[in-house]
Amino acid sequence: MTEETHQLKSIEETEAFARAFAEKTTAPCMILLKGDLGAGKTTFARAFIRYLLNDAEALIPSPTYTLIQEYETPRGILRHFDLYRLTAPEEVYEIGWEDALQNGIALVEWPENLGYLAPKDALTLAFSPDPASDEARTVTIWGRD
Amino acid sequence: MHILGIETSCDETGIAVINGKTREIIAESVKSQIDAHQVFGGVVPEIAARAHIDVIDGMIAHVMREAKLEFKDLDGIAATCGPGLIGGVMVGMMAGKAIALAHQKPFIAVNHLEAHILTPRLLQDVPFPYLVLLVSGGHTQILVAKSLSDYELWGTTLDDACGEAFDKCAKLLRLPFPGGPHLEKVAAKCEDAAKALQNVPLPQPMAGKPNCDFSFSGLKNAVRLATQKPHLAPELAYSFQHTASEILADRCAQAIKRFRTIYPDVAHPAFVVSGGVAANKTIRARLEGLMQENGFLFFAPPLKYCGDNGVMIAWAGYERLAAGLVDGLDAKARPRWPLEEMKQSS
Repeated sequence: MTEETHQLKSIEETEAFARAFAEKTTAPCMILLKGDLGAGKTTFARAFIRYLLNDAEALIPSPTYTLIQEYETPRGILRHFDLYRLTAPEEVYEIGWEDALQNGIALVEWPENLGYLAPKDALTLAFSPDPASDEARTVTIWGRD
Repeated sequence: MHILGIETSCDETGIAVINGKTREIIAESVKSQIDAHQVFGGVVPEIAARAHIDVIDGMIAHVMREAKLEFKDLDGIAATCGPGLIGGVMVGMMAGKAIALAHQKPFIAVNHLEAHILTPRLLQDVPFPYLVLLVSGGHTQILVAKSLSDYELWGTTLDDACGEAFDKCAKLLRLPFPGGPHLEKVAAKCEDAAKALQNVPLPQPMAGKPNCDFSFSGLKNAVRLATQKPHLAPELAYSFQHTASEILADRCAQAIKRFRTIYPDVAHPAFVVSGGVAANKTIRARLEGLMQENGFLFFAPPLKYCGDNGVMIAWAGYERLAAGLVDGLDAKARPRWPLEEMKQSS
């Protein structure tokens, strides 16, 4: 399994990285976004979704409370999951998980809460903040190419 | 006019009977599932749907008994049909439809956000148009209520909701769920406010910008960084709460200007704050002061009606029924239901 690492110096760089990543993404695809509170997952997700919607101003609300937000994009349905409030893996079936495994593009924040249901071969992006800077992040990618 | 209201869109099961015409709350009951969830440390959608199912029948029967009414005495059944967690919404909506069908009563599909906006009108006279700040775990919006069903969104959060920021900062401070009320308690222990703001300065995203949008994710990030340094929890909690309330006040100040420009003829304009975060006393006091300074009448529901409840659904149902807005039994449960779509659907 190959692993690659990117250094992102600012929010703008994180966003540009997300857009470039979105450009390469085609359905079906599930992308797991790991990282602690404030690590940059939602910044990545928002720029990614805006790129696929072709709308730089689109409102991308946090899915923390709704658990999932769905978007219709030219590349198919895009599901933005936030599993922060999940505490047992099976609960994910209540919010359309089986569909997400079969079609469309899925961005999954807090995949740690999937436990044993976490897809083994999914593309994973792990974000970690740089202790020396407010905005700098390191992102490590592994999984399916 | 007796209306039964049913709320199940998130963590609370809320049931109430009101007399809309006389503005009387006849009987009500709210059961928070947070008690059941606290052992798990979060609100769980599946458990939420199941817990609503477990309690809804008994709660409706209890409220009807308290009200000394039978279903045949009701004039309408109102249930939240969105936005919210779909599993929970389905439970309340189907219960409402079943009662409406069995007893041949009008069914009113209520938008949960509209109910928050309208609730203050049950308790006091709030004439349209008025300015609204809707602030909860899932929503942070400034809008103008022009008339029933006619809402214009002026600003919303570009990232996290205000209540979500409270919950996540509470989590960073290792406080239990729900974080908002716990954070407020810890902040109250801060003995020196000026020192807290000096020791833990936090940013106010969007401050002074001439629109009414919000942003809380930068604040959350700043709290995260602050927790990594030596800190006193009461100081950090105080600084966060103070900053959140300043952000809300700054955005509302922009909305006041805009309201004055667009509605110069409204002599005594009204401002309504609603939603779970409106229960925070610091935020409430800050907004009330801002409104007084600017000649706006300030309305906030009593603390017990800031969170989700059945009374607000019954009241929204009454207002819609009185305006002739009744829904069919084919009304859908809608996880997303923007307020601007109310006008088209009525």
